[in-house]
Amino acid sequence: MTQNKYPSPYIPNTDAERQSMLDAIGVKSVNELFSDIPSGFGNELSTIPPALSELELQREMEWLSSLNINQKKSSSFIGGGAYNHFVPSAVRHITNIGELSTAYTPYQPEVSQGTLQITYEFQSLISQLMGMDVANAGMYDGATSTAEAALMACRIKGRNSICILNSVSPTQMEVIKTYTEPQGINIYTTSPENPQITEDTACLIVQHPNFYGYLEDMKNLRAISTKEDILMIVSTDPIFLGMFEAPGSLGADIAVADGQPLGIALNYGGPYVGLFTCKSEFLRQMPGRIVGKTVDTMGKEGYVLTLQTREQHIRRERATSNICTSEALICTAVVAYLACVGKTGLKHIAELTYHKAHYAASLISQIKGYSLPINGSFFKEFVVECPLPPKEVNDRLLEKGILGGIDLSNHFNNGMMLCVTEMSTRASIEKLVQELYDISL
Amino acid sequence: MENRERQLLMDRSVSGRIGVALPSLDVPEQPLPDENKLRKDLSLPELSQGEIIRYFTNLAQMNFSVDTNYYPLGSCTMKYNPKINNEVASLPGFSDIHPLQSDSTVQGALILMHDLQELLSGIVGMEHASLSTMAGAHGELTGMLMIRAYHHSRKDFNRKIVLVPDSAHGTNPASAAMAGYTVISIPSDKNGNMDMNVLRSECSDEVAGIMLTLPNTLGLFDSNIVGICESIHEVGGLVYGDGANMNALLGQVHMSTIGFDVLHLNLHKTFSTPHGGGGPGAGPVLCNDKLSSFLPTPIVKRIGDYYSLDSPSSTIGKLGGFHGNFGVLVRAYAYIRSMGKEGMKDISENAVINANYILSQLRDHYLLPYARHCMHEVIFSAKPQRTKGIRALDIAKRLIDYGIHPPTMYFPLIVEEALMIEPTESETKDTLDYFISVMKNIAAEVESDPQLLKNAPHNTPNTRLDEAKAARQPNLRWRK
Repeated sequence: MTQNKYPSPYIPNTDAERQSMLDAIGVKSVNELFSDIPSGFGNELSTIPPALSELELQREMEWLSSLNINQKKSSSFIGGGAYNHFVPSAVRHITNIGELSTAYTPYQPEVSQGTLQITYEFQSLISQLMGMDVANAGMYDGATSTAEAALMACRIKGRNSICILNSVSPTQMEVIKTYTEPQGINIYTTSPENPQITEDTACLIVQHPNFYGYLEDMKNLRAISTKEDILMIVSTDPIFLGMFEAPGSLGADIAVADGQPLGIALNYGGPYVGLFTCKSEFLRQMPGRIVGKTVDTMGKEGYVLTLQTREQHIRRERATSNICTSEALICTAVVAYLACVGKTGLKHIAELTYHKAHYAASLISQIKGYSLPINGSFFKEFVVECPLPPKEVNDRLLEKGILGGIDLSNHFNNGMMLCVTEMSTRASIEKLVQELYDISL
Repeated sequence: MENRERQLLMDRSVSGRIGVALPSLDVPEQPLPDENKLRKDLSLPELSQGEIIRYFTNLAQMNFSVDTNYYPLGSCTMKYNPKINNEVASLPGFSDIHPLQSDSTVQGALILMHDLQELLSGIVGMEHASLSTMAGAHGELTGMLMIRAYHHSRKDFNRKIVLVPDSAHGTNPASAAMAGYTVISIPSDKNGNMDMNVLRSECSDEVAGIMLTLPNTLGLFDSNIVGICESIHEVGGLVYGDGANMNALLGQVHMSTIGFDVLHLNLHKTFSTPHGGGGPGAGPVLCNDKLSSFLPTPIVKRIGDYYSLDSPSSTIGKLGGFHGNFGVLVRAYAYIRSMGKEGMKDISENAVINANYILSQLRDHYLLPYARHCMHEVIFSAKPQRTKGIRALDIAKRLIDYGIHPPTMYFPLIVEEALMIEPTESETKDTLDYFISVMKNIAAEVESDPQLLKNAPHNTPNTRLDEAKAARQPNLRWRK
């Protein structure tokens, strides 16, 4: 054996090199460089295990990952804000390009034109997809986008109440509450049929399709928003927009979404990216980074971060948001995804999803003991009332290698929300239906 | 033919092309909803796969990156990003699990998160952790909300002020403001420490807490740290730590013992997850016993051999849709396991030696505003070069000609013409020597040929860009 402990491949300097640097600095030992730290506050790291070799690490991680039931090894019908859609190989390849994944935030535009141009593409394609005037360079996720949209609406209107339809996802509501409550903003929920608007209401928050998967009466909601002089914030699903009318056409003032369905793996909840778009009149109240096109000293076109006086590094406590590092590489993946599937592909994926979801719903509704309690149009999610508590249904499905739906028994009698996307084959849908039938016997 | 490589996707689009083969419909067609609900105006680019890959690959080559260039970017800790970490994060057992799967089907993910909570707590010396926050600023907001919840839980509604040193990152005052606080700025003294007299005069029962970066953004360990924490605690306030500079302190300091109540870490800095051109990051929040019941939800709890998502008893609530940037957590976990206990101290020692080496070699060529040993980063001032009409910006842009990413400039705000250099532990002495020789060359060029600096960079896809025009006439998206 040559040695027991190998040096780290991530810390290159040798003892000899370190010693020569210490000599150049003029200290006897490295401890002198830490002499400003008062004694008595050391950390022995007694709970940290010793280093693993790359081989050991690989085995450890493979073991941990094998303890999870992944969506590829099962057929899954879970939605609720994160969706199992197809990720093209080209998307993964592009996000693995080192010059994109290991670059910093593009504060130095001359050496960041790649990131900047891709971000401009992101803003362009997301504006087009949402049918809105402008998009920013992305937020943390869909829920934080909605929360920032609510804060933005209060700034624009100078009012302090937010009206949320009770069909918006409970998760989004919770995040909105966490973000707005400290600023003295009041939030309340209301039914989609008859929204209650007060003098202090800044905006109406609509999820379309809503948490349960169904389309809202957008015409009516826009009419109310206009009549009451409040902003309409629409939270949507980007795959839905391949087939259905965009928030811009429906009159949204601010439109947001989680970008995850656009080529981002589920990753147990993140990293995703929040899509954030608005009418151009509200541009200067937008949170987050924005890239703009300009020219260089030779007159050649290029891109820079712009409108930075909205942001924390310039405006500090008066910034539109504290957001700094966001989800740039995920934006890159979204651009790559939209480029790959393109105009016809996104429509096709939305249609596959729609027809498969409706096929599943129609078969399930024909099983004795199962019913669809909500009337209306849905896209890829729908609520089913089961003959047994959803927990029991899901446990039985899991035994057959099926990840069932979300338990909504607190809203519907034995209610379960199922999600079907283009990832489900006819065979997997029919297997689900067969198992649901067997469970009901 | 002009600028063909810069042409945008929509301009490259040809109707009828597609970049990926999609499946056909294998179920009976279902009735469609009302025609008027369907979209007629969808506009997206149409390209073949080869064109797409070539486009992105060429764009990527217009970037500097850690994989291709030395990146001495102060306060950003642009260290090497190990490749095994990306590989393991892409294992289907991690990347293809749904955040709403039942806990029993994701025990591996929950073990990893639980152990990461414990590893991070152990490494910095705090007692509890939540991993759900997705960036540094997100963690700051969380910490401020926890401090607010703590005071409110004691029926103390009088505290409206958060103290922030004038050297702080802009996110600190912005986060305090988002949490509903008024910010009071505390100046630094001539040695680069916090001005204790001003601090003491601002301490009152209206102070909710202080936000501190340690080492501070001057790259210095504030030698009054114990006194600062005591002054705040004496008036009932709490101490928040911005972990942006934690690379200097790994294995060196027990943060809760020294006086911190809550802090965040930047996994995309200290724990080597790739920066991605501006994210995704992760900003876990750690705290002591006093604040643990207020941590954001979820946290991972272990009972026997079973792991589950849990909500702290007085949680400030949810800060995002799910459980944080799990893919980033996997990478940081892998990094910590590969460095191990002994590796933590190696990181901080090498980072600090490398920074001091640069300090020692360049102090005769650039102004050193604080003549003492630095920690993981060193701040120079280009104030003397200003007499030749050269600014920090020009020096930074000239570095690009030599293949080096510019350091952070004009920050912290309290140093005129600041150049903030953070070498990190992952660079070789050879690279540091190259950087030092380039900086000396540039100092000579300031004397001999200042115009060379003013016109820099010379070999990039664009020369200096007109930022004023970009802001005055915003062009933010493709138009036909």
